[in-house]
Amino acid sequence: MSQSLSSCVIKLHQEHHALEDYQGGVPRWCNGCGDNAILAAMQRLCADENLAPENTVFVSGIGCSSRLPHYMKTYGFHSLHGRAFPVAEGIKMARPDLNVFVSTGDGDCCSIGAAHWIHALRYNMNITVVLHDNHVYGLTKKQASPTSPRGLKSNTTPYGATLEPMNPLTVSLGVQGASFIAQGVDWIPEVLYDILRAAYLHRGFSFVRIIQRCPEFMPKVFDPWLHDPQRTMLLTHKDGLTLSPGIASAYRNQREHDPINIDRAREIASLDDPIPVGILYRNPDAPCYEDLRHAGQLRSPEYIRAGLDREFDKYTVWPEGHAEA
Amino acid sequence: MTHSATLAAPEVILPAPRPATAIPEAIVEVISDSGEGAQRCGQSLGAIAARMGNGIWTTEIIPAEIQPPARSVAGASGIRIRMGSGRITNGGDQTELVVAFNEQVLIGRVQAGELKPGAKILLECMWKTHRDPAVVISYMKTVEALLKDGFEVYEVPLEDRCRELVSDPRKGKNMFVLGILCNVYGLDDDLAREQIARIFGKKDAKVVASNIKLYEAGAAWAEANLDFKYCIPAVKSTVPQIVVNGNTAIALGVMASGMDICAMYPITPATSASHYLSEVFEKIGGLVHQAEDEIAACAFAVGASYAGKCAVTITSGPGYSLKQEVIGLAVMAEIPLVVVNVQRGGPSTGQPTKVEQGDALSAIFGSHGDAPKVVMAPNSIEDCFYSVITARKIAETFGMVVVVLSDASLSTAQQPFPRPVFSEAWLAPPVDMTPVPVGSKAYDWDPMTGLSRRLQPGRAGGMHTVTGLAHDRNSKVAYDPAINEEGLRARSLKLAALQKTLKAPPVFGGDSGDLLLIGWGSTMGAIEESVTRLRAEGQAVSSMHLRFLQPMPSGIREILARFKHAMTIEGNWSDKPEDELIDEDNRRYSALAMLLRSRFLVDIDCWSEARGQPIKPGDICRVAREALKRRGALS
Ligand SMILES: Cc1ncc(C[n+]2csc(CCOP(=O)(O)OP(=O)(O)O)c2C)c(N)n1
Ligand code: SF4
Ligand SMILES: [Mg+2]
Repeated sequence: MSQSLSSCVIKLHQEHHALEDYQGGVPRWCNGCGDNAILAAMQRLCADENLAPENTVFVSGIGCSSRLPHYMKTYGFHSLHGRAFPVAEGIKMARPDLNVFVSTGDGDCCSIGAAHWIHALRYNMNITVVLHDNHVYGLTKKQASPTSPRGLKSNTTPYGATLEPMNPLTVSLGVQGASFIAQGVDWIPEVLYDILRAAYLHRGFSFVRIIQRCPEFMPKVFDPWLHDPQRTMLLTHKDGLTLSPGIASAYRNQREHDPINIDRAREIASLDDPIPVGILYRNPDAPCYEDLRHAGQLRSPEYIRAGLDREFDKYTVWPEGHAEA
Repeated sequence: MTHSATLAAPEVILPAPRPATAIPEAIVEVISDSGEGAQRCGQSLGAIAARMGNGIWTTEIIPAEIQPPARSVAGASGIRIRMGSGRITNGGDQTELVVAFNEQVLIGRVQAGELKPGAKILLECMWKTHRDPAVVISYMKTVEALLKDGFEVYEVPLEDRCRELVSDPRKGKNMFVLGILCNVYGLDDDLAREQIARIFGKKDAKVVASNIKLYEAGAAWAEANLDFKYCIPAVKSTVPQIVVNGNTAIALGVMASGMDICAMYPITPATSASHYLSEVFEKIGGLVHQAEDEIAACAFAVGASYAGKCAVTITSGPGYSLKQEVIGLAVMAEIPLVVVNVQRGGPSTGQPTKVEQGDALSAIFGSHGDAPKVVMAPNSIEDCFYSVITARKIAETFGMVVVVLSDASLSTAQQPFPRPVFSEAWLAPPVDMTPVPVGSKAYDWDPMTGLSRRLQPGRAGGMHTVTGLAHDRNSKVAYDPAINEEGLRARSLKLAALQKTLKAPPVFGGDSGDLLLIGWGSTMGAIEESVTRLRAEGQAVSSMHLRFLQPMPSGIREILARFKHAMTIEGNWSDKPEDELIDEDNRRYSALAMLLRSRFLVDIDCWSEARGQPIKPGDICRVAREALKRRGALS
């Protein structure tokens, strides 16, 4: 009784937040850059979920995409190229009460930060991750990235990229402990929002790869997919996405997929045409590292003193006549 | 002189116990193949002596490989124990008594000059009758050479005697040796039994009993077969003391500082601090995160510090190099961080298990650009404990990275120190969550000190994005030249603000004189011991030891002025003036000498060695005498 009363009071005091409460500086991305759509979806998600801006941290690495925290009005940590994951993990471990988001690019996540990415999936901390995959290095002006298509002419591959691109979805699904893997495209904002919301609501490490247009360095590469809705395959399920009538009629290439089915998820993840969009895998029961490690315990000085004295006792040489404990 | 008659002869019970010679101190080594428990034996000996009231210092001798080939010179694993009537601050010069489990592991110590001329050697003699004739020949030849070199060799049937008591004598030998050594140095049997119960206490009573039996057999064997016995008068301390090694002291310091999180990646010789912390930290609500690499460990700690209390990352050499970029981020974003670097031989993989003081300059100047950070170096086991508490406090007060430079020597050395009495002031305060007015500045740099209040997540009104990019007071990315310099200035001023709070280092010896020896870190005990010896000879030599390398306290200039000459003593590389190509235009000085020369414009010399061994007081005495002589000041 008293508990519900107090939670009631807390609710009353909980401020309502509008979209503007999450809108920071004016984005400095190029016109038509897909990052704008991702930012808009994120801001809307925060407003709809009424996340307290002071208890929300957007973490990023380095790249065009990693500027996202500057455009939020929450706390933010624009860290180092490739290192957003361990920074975010440290934040979450110290303060599991915070909402932690990560924005990363295909170079940031899949190249320089690849080791951290694999391990972040494995730790499965309750963090929502967006991989802004524009298939290129944007910020450093057009070099090939691990996800660049073969043959891409870039400043470091003037005769065309020689290697097959890495598929971030299949890589993620190969990691033991991964608990939420999804894919969106920046040009279907409504579905992008639904995916991000599902990612946020999932308790665990939610990894969302977003195929992001970079009109500056990769003009028109996704145009065939934009122009032909059949080349986008929407994954639907009662435990995954449910489509609005508008989306359902615009994108008719749909497939029922139960996100608990990892084998099917891996199969779907391997497709690149049509592009699968939706929730590929979700395991709500995967344990979170911060829970396994009992993060966020409150520790009184007395508790620390007692523990320390117990340790000192192990190593103490007492003076003559002292009754040893 | 050889004493091999004891090999075959039955144990004779002597009519009366042999008389013990009183000595002020002793240096003993136990050397074996790895896995034969020499270190446990030596640590126990040290602990028992400490409990009796002796001063002790133990130094571990660790091979780089986990299972190096048996009976190999490079595989020598062991421990040196120095015990004395008074306080012991270092491993001393040469060993007077060695117990060796085979002749090969002994050879390395002899070649390295670690044995005193005429030292007593208790050598396992099972090799004499080994089925492999090559082993027999090697053993005989070595014994012959040792005798020729004037050592006293006692052949001891270690394994043969132990086999009578236990099924795996190789594992039991160490407690038999403990029995011998306790007998030789007249240590208390009851304390020894207690010590054995303590180390094997986690296992069952049977294990304890069988090890006590081995111990007693060793003591009885020594009583019956050895013709020497010593006594090191001990004065029991009137205050409780704790006996731990430097890495354990660091881990205890982490706990005592109130830090919540340690992130690390295994690396020698730092790892044992994290091992111990992993065992105990969680019991007081702390956490050790083993990250996927050192970059991640450092970034994890920075993330944790950013959102919570100051965190710590513990590492050595190569791991320290990997952390540099993240350290720079913490400097730029003014996030407190404690980085413990237990230095080892470098560069690259270097000498993982060996001591070196090679990282002072990379600690101060590491990471690109101007990245001011605090660098401190503990100079004793006790200081390892308190340094971490101080480091945490400085890191949080100044929003800085504090590097604590321990080393491989401190990491495994044991030395008693007064049991710390817990103080709440050691602990980090909880994260301040009080709201601030909207628009509060993320970096409200004080124009004089560069300090600013921290705004951590959870504080309503304080929202901002920290960044490694140049930024203004609002943490907004800025490429403006003036703003860039404003940030650089503030971050640099914080060092000055801290510097103003530091006290001048004390001078050991006399206030003025002919020669001032200057050191930092683990060498303090050896340097001060040599000063004591030199002053006893009538030399006007003193020493000064720096705890803070960056910033350096005021008062050093005045101290330097009171001495005719000054020279640093360091465990790192410096060019040797006697090398043909080396002259004053190209000589690379040791780290501290370089720092002092550049700051004080004083012609400070240096002497250093990077042999992977702790510097010996006797060597420092020799170097000091030579320096005095060169300058015509030798008395
Ligand atoms: C250690 C380090 N190496 C290289 C860089 C240069 N750099 C900055 S961003 C970037 C690649 C960005 O590509 P991506 O992660 O795909 O992000 P995008 O700009 O495409 O969003 C590189 C190589 C850096 N900042 N730090
Ligand atoms: S370069 Fe590409 S990714 Fe970067 S802002 Fe411009 S369009 Fe976006
Ligand atoms: Mg990219």
